[in-house]
This record gives sequence, C-alpha cells and structure tokens, in this order.
Amino acid sequence: MNIFVLLKQVPDTETKIKIAADKKSIEKGDIKWVINPYDEFAIEQALKTKEQLKAGSVTVVSVGPDRVVEALRTAVAMGADNACHVKTDQDLDTYLVGKALAEVVKKESGQLIFTGKQGIDDDQAATFGYVAELLSWPSASMVVKCEVAADKVVVHREVEGGTRFVIQMPVPALVAVDKGINTPRYASLPGIMKAKKKEIKTYSLADLGLGSEAPKTSSSDFALPPERQAGKKIAGDAATQAKELVRMLREEAKVI
Amino acid sequence: MIDFKLTDEQIALKETVRKFVQSEIIPNAHRYDATSEFPHDIIRKAWENGLMNPAVPEKFGGLGLGILEDVIMNEEMGAGCLGMTTSIAVNTLALYPILIGGTDEQIKHWITPFLNEPKLASFCLTEPGAGSDAGGLSLQAKDEGSHFVLNGSKMWITNAGHADLFTVFATTNKELRSKGTVCLAVPAKTPGISLGKHEDKMGQRCSDTRAINFENVKVPKENLIGKIGDGFKIALRTLDKTRTPIAAGAVGAARAAMDYSVKYSKERKQFNQPISNFQGIQFMLADMATKVEAGRLLCYQAAWALDNGQDKMGSYYASLAKRFSADMAMEVATDAVQVYGGYGYTKEYPVEKIMRDVKLVQIYEGTSQIQRVVIARHLLGE
Amino acid sequence: MSTYLIAEHKEGQLKRVSIEILSECLKQGTQPTCILLGSGSLEGAAAELGKHGASKVVILEHSDLASYSNEGYANALYAYLSKQSPSVIISGASWQGKDYLPRLAAKFQVGMATDCTEFKLSGNSATVRRPVFAGKCSKSVSFNASPAIFSVRPNVLAVSGGQSVTPQIEKTGAEVGSIKAKITEVLSSGQKKVDLTEADIIISGGRSLKSADNFKLLFDCAEVMGAAVGASRAAVDAGYAPHDMQVGQTGKTVSPKLYIACGISGAIQHLAGMRTSKVIVAINKDPEAPIFQKADYGIVGDLFEVVPHLTEELKKLKAHS
Repeated sequence: MNIFVLLKQVPDTETKIKIAADKKSIEKGDIKWVINPYDEFAIEQALKTKEQLKAGSVTVVSVGPDRVVEALRTAVAMGADNACHVKTDQDLDTYLVGKALAEVVKKESGQLIFTGKQGIDDDQAATFGYVAELLSWPSASMVVKCEVAADKVVVHREVEGGTRFVIQMPVPALVAVDKGINTPRYASLPGIMKAKKKEIKTYSLADLGLGSEAPKTSSSDFALPPERQAGKKIAGDAATQAKELVRMLREEAKVI
Repeated sequence: MIDFKLTDEQIALKETVRKFVQSEIIPNAHRYDATSEFPHDIIRKAWENGLMNPAVPEKFGGLGLGILEDVIMNEEMGAGCLGMTTSIAVNTLALYPILIGGTDEQIKHWITPFLNEPKLASFCLTEPGAGSDAGGLSLQAKDEGSHFVLNGSKMWITNAGHADLFTVFATTNKELRSKGTVCLAVPAKTPGISLGKHEDKMGQRCSDTRAINFENVKVPKENLIGKIGDGFKIALRTLDKTRTPIAAGAVGAARAAMDYSVKYSKERKQFNQPISNFQGIQFMLADMATKVEAGRLLCYQAAWALDNGQDKMGSYYASLAKRFSADMAMEVATDAVQVYGGYGYTKEYPVEKIMRDVKLVQIYEGTSQIQRVVIARHLLGE
Repeated sequence: MSTYLIAEHKEGQLKRVSIEILSECLKQGTQPTCILLGSGSLEGAAAELGKHGASKVVILEHSDLASYSNEGYANALYAYLSKQSPSVIISGASWQGKDYLPRLAAKFQVGMATDCTEFKLSGNSATVRRPVFAGKCSKSVSFNASPAIFSVRPNVLAVSGGQSVTPQIEKTGAEVGSIKAKITEVLSSGQKKVDLTEADIIISGGRSLKSADNFKLLFDCAEVMGAAVGASRAAVDAGYAPHDMQVGQTGKTVSPKLYIACGISGAIQHLAGMRTSKVIVAINKDPEAPIFQKADYGIVGDLFEVVPHLTEELKKLKAHS
C-alpha cells in the first residue's frame, strides 16, 4: 500500500515569537525548525501501519523552502522510504498548500494518507480536510486509534468530553491524527546515516500546475497579546468572590 | 580556513541524542542517582537507537563515526546525566583496544556481538596500586604456552557488574614495566573471575563501578590483542581516542549547570528583584558561559585533529580539552550550586548532583594532574 | 451576495456558538441566512434562532444527515450554496465545524480561516482575527476570493438580545451525495481522568486542605470544569495527596490555560511547576502569600468557603452553554 505522510516544518514550541516589522509575518531569523509535533505522530502511525501490513511503502511530503529538506530527512531517518519536496519560498495558504499536496499524492499514486490534525504554527487544522476533498477521499480527524486492513481503515475519533466515534472508511482514505495515538520513535543514528544518502524528489509549484496561482487569503497585522496585567484582587464575601471570579474567567480571561 | 559549521548529519545526530536525553535520561536521572540502580532500560533504548558503539568501522557493520560525532553525542548525554553517559559510552573505551590492536578476525569475533545485542564491555586497566601510574601494573599474566593465567585484581572498573567482556591489561613481567604488558580479551564468565561490590560513590551513582579479582584465570592465546609488550601502547592509543569525548561529557554537564543557573536567577527574587539583576550573579553566569564555550572548542579542535590523521597533535589537544573541561565543569557546577543558594544544596534541585557527578571527571581517564604532566612534556619537548 | 451562518445543533438543541455568531452579525447590521442540517425535528432549533433575531432559516433535510458526517455536510452545503452566490459563510469552530468546513472550502476552491475570535463583515467580504502559534500571537486574515469562509471560536463573542422574530423557514431536500466514512459505534468513556501534564484546567490544593478527604472539595470543582487536580509538595509530604498529583520542582511541570491554586503559598518550588500557566488564580487566607504576586486573579478568603461557591457558579455556567 502506498502510504503518504503530509508533514509540515514549524518553529519549535519554545520559540519566542517576534513580529516582523511589516507585521505580515513573524521574524524567522532565530527560529529552530522542527517537524510539526502532530505530524510526528502521523509519521509513526504510517510506519506502524506498514510494519503491521508487512507491505507497502511510506512516502513523506512537505511544502516549503529548502530548510524543509531537513524535516524530510529526519522522517526518512525514522524509517520513511521516500521523500518528496514541493519547493517554494512563497508564503502559502490552505488553498495552495492543499492543492499542491493533493497533486503530489495523485502523481505518486498515494492510497492512504496520514497527517497531523493541525500545524502548531498556523493552527488552521484545515489541510487534512482540504486535501481529502480535493482527492474525493473520506477523512477523519482527531484520530486516537487507527487500524488498517488492505481495503479499509477503522479509526477512533475523539471529540469532546471523552466521546469517541468509531468510523470506518474504505481505502483510499485520509487520517488526521491527534497526540496520544502512539509514541513516535527516535530517528536512530543508523537511520540518520542512511537518510543522508536518500534522494529526495523535488517538485516546483509549476510542476503541479500551480505556477501562476496565488493564495486566496492574506495575513496581516500580527500582534502579541496584551501584557499580563498586574493581578486583580476580587473583593466581597465568598459567594460574591466566586461569582465575580467565574464571570471574569469567562468574559475577560476567556479561559472557561 | 576554519569552518565552524556542523554538517547536516552532525546536526541531525545532535538533535536525536538531545531528544533521547530529554525523554529518557533527564526524567529518570534523579531517581537512578538516589537508588544507585543500574539503568538497564535506558542503556537498552540507547543501543536500540544506535547511540552505542558509534566508532565501529562500517566494514565491520558499525556506523564508523568519528571522534567529532562522539564528542557531539557525549556533550548532549552529559547535559542529561553523566552517570548514564558513562554507562552508555564506556563500551567505546572497552572495545577500542580490539579495534586498534586486533586482527580483522579478532575484531569480527569480539565486536560483532555488541552490534547484534545491547551487551556491555569493560576496560580493565586501573588497579588498587596502579592509578596514575598505569604502567606499573601488577595483574600477572603468566605465559603457559597455549594460554595465559591471570592472577591479581583490577579496581574502579566501570560496568564490571554487567559486562559480557573485559578488555584486560596485564603484565607478563613486572620488571619490564610497560614493555611487558599484554592486552587480553577476557569473557566475563571465565572461571576464576569474581567481582567486588558496586561501589557507593559520591557521584555518577548509577554507573556500576567495581573491583575485579582474577584467580588463576585461564585466557587462551587467541585472545591476545596485538603482541606481548604491546598492551600498554594499545591502552594509551585507546585513551587518546576517548579522552576528548569524555571531556565533552563534562562540557555537557557544565552547560546544563549553566542553563539551570540562568533560568533560576531570573525566577528567584531577593531585595525585590530577580537575582539576575545583580552583577555578582551576572559575572558568575558570564564566566560559566565562557568556560563552556572554551571547553567545547578545545574538544572540537582535538576531535578534528584526531579525525584528520594528526595523532600526535590530536593527543596533545585532547589532554588540553580533558584538563580544561573537567576542571571548568567542577567550577561551573560549584558556582551553579552557589547561584541556587540553599535550594541548590538540596537534592530537590538538579545542580548538586551535577557537582557530585563532574568531580569524577577530574579523576578518571587521566587525572587533571596527569594531563598537566602530559601537556608540560609536550611543551618542553620531552 | 449574502452571508450564511451554518448553525449547529445537538439532537435538535441549538448550540450556543451559533447564537454568538448570529448576535455578532446582527450587531454589525447583517441579517445572515441560517442553515440547519439534519433529518427532521429541526423546527425547535429554527425557532430558537428566531428568538435571537434570525429572520431567515434554511433547513437542509435528508435521512443520511440524521447523524453528522463531514462528507454529508460538505456535500449538502455545497450543493445548496453553490446555487446561491454566498459572499460569506460562517460556522462555529466546534469539532464539527473544524471537520466539514475545510472540505466545503475545497469544493469552493477558496482559502479559509479557522477558530476566529473576531470578524468584521464589510461589503461582500469579511476580515477576521485569529490566534496563531498556540495563542502566542494573533493575526488578521482577509479573503481574496469569494466566498469568504471562516469558523468562529465558541465562548468568545457575546450573545446580545436580538429582536425575537418568527423566522421564515425554507425546507429543502439536501443533496447529500456519497458518504464513504461511516460511524459504526459511539463510545462514551464518561469523564476521563485528565492527565495533569495534559490538562487545560488544573485546580491545586496546598497544606491548608488539612486532609486527604478535604481534597474532595477540589475534585468536585474539577469535575464541573473537566479539570485535573494537583497538589503542592507540602500537601503531598503531609500525606493529603499522592506524589503523582504533585506540581512543582520535584513533581510535574504543567502549563494549563487556567491554574487555580487553593491554599498554596507560592513557594519557589511550586512556582517552578506552574508558572507558564496562561491564567493563574489564587485563593488564600493570607493576603501576603507570595502566590498573589504571580496570580492574575486573587481571592483573599477561606478556600473552604470560596471553593464550594465556585463549584456552584461553574455548574450554573455549564448549564447555560
């Protein structure tokens, strides 16, 4: 089975976010780039699936500038068989990334896709559904358990409050995984040495028929959240304090 | 000209080891230090991820990594826990004599099992009466034609309680000192070998350290690595290779102590401000940073020289790296405890363990005093 | 060109987020056409929309829509909306909205914006603001193509009392197309025990709890919020809580959206474990307790009085969602 993993390279979670002068993006200078953590779970799930089926191959694909090659090699070091790089220096949106990835999967005859439920940079959580729709494949996200047979996929999708839907999809299908589905393996040292020699297939946007396309949404006015205010002491008797606290947590802090 | 950039593979290697250390070593280090338990599971996981035996050449099925890669790995592991680093890395020390002095058949025979299973080996040079004076060995290897018979003991042997193989240095003739020494591959289960207890140490407590007693231990002649008289030379050439990664471990530990100190100084408030505002603290942190960088650079220089065929200068640089890194790590760790004040003196915080752990680096693999002797000899042209 | 709001319901009960979006549209002077999808008995939800000011509701009906599916919803919505000239399509960023909206956007071959905290309708489009980098910053998104498709984060926008009306309801058969993903089972594990390090909300107790039994107060409060319960080292050392509940230097390091520290002084060891929490609330009898310096909201009071009231208020809030 031709298993695909759609992965994204994102800034490490420890990155201190600095906004660029034109406010249209964040400053990329000091960033440590890593594989999107949710996509790491996807890579692991793809590798496990191949091991379980005792057949097939795992191809990882990512869209972005030259630096994403490092992410692809790490995935190969973890055990992926092939890697595709859609090379572009452009800032893309869900539309362009979705179309590019769907085109690659079509060209490479993918039959099953694993990807993370969202990228921790843009937090759009949309690529999975976008690509699935362009391919006319069924999809499920927030998947915490997945079993693959030659012709079908059965997933456990966990929504809020501990409720799980068990969903069955025929292959080809797309599965967007959530954390907790597995424990990603390390890129072993022998894996890293082997990955060094792996040839990575490169596509340009033009190769995928997207050469003259532009993003359909634009981002601007990046802003940091307001400075943490000095603490407020809530006055009154216990009942009043509790009521006021809940109101502030809901309306002001918006954490409940 | 000098290029300070690491290759993509070296960066990937550093990252994978760092991740392993974060997930497997750091969360468990405190517990293993407290109980002095041997980290079997962690060693096995390290082996499964290819972190052990990196120097075995590709033609024998290994990764054939150089000293620079070993340095990078040891720094990352040292930043996690020196005790675990020692437990994982000492295989390299133990197997090098065979890689250096053995025939291809001997290498295939003795080393292959370590690539196939997470087995451990110990480097057996030090004796109760021979530490810095490693040439003055007493463990007797009596040549009885088809085999040697070993009588005597070894001291402070790392992983002795869990090793499958001992690489043993003994003497056929005490009067000849180093010229009478032999290097022997001795399976740990050979009759006549008995182990002392796991020593209750100040630091690196999860690392298994014991005495080994040899009583009429028969070792077949095929197990002789190199020729009679080669033993000490093989030992020294081995130490030339391992000195730098050991120094890198100390650099890692110092780096961790520094990182903890920087973080704590920003959180701890006294006199209504974070103590990082005070120059007294800032100067300590600045000195820590300078020492850590300098230690790393000395390690990189030594590694580069050794990986590029400059054995003599490499050995010299390695002594500089070891001497400096061990001593500076002790200074940095001590200052880290100072930055933490009372809290740093308790086991609740990680810095007192680093201080206890790095003390040993000033002692093993050639004391800081012996390193100075070596360095001075080099300078004085002796 | 018009604005469409895809309203969400659970078994015919309208979800609050749909009312929030409706209120905001009306506040901005736009009457959105509300869409409900399902298989019968949606009149109640339609009426509820009317109560909050919606004058036009479209119900897309099909037996295959009796249970939710991303394909069913995306297919039915596209089949209907592609004939309407929508300029803006909005849904709630619930687990449903986040599931079908990307498919719908793909059908329209446009971009989209998820989980917006603000939106401004203007002319035939909209501008939105949404959090990125796990909320470390936010950005504006504008749409270069039509329709502008976005989802709105629940519990952010206010529900304003709209002029209650009887909505004009248009019922039409939905073109559901083929639904390949099928739900075969629904498992309900009840309230899962939330792992401390993963919890979004944590309520912790200190030595002032005085006994392990008293921790029940915190567990009751936690249950209402779906929160995890933690403890300070002092409480653990005194035997009031097991070590795996300890938050701090030698316990767990947590980073929840909300951390409520009850009867915890705020010693540096404890702070080390929770200082990156997004919002910190402290409840303590001692007004000089160091924890108040770190807290966003502080209550000087007896936790044995405050926490039960807190639990009550939270129950009331939950009932209204």
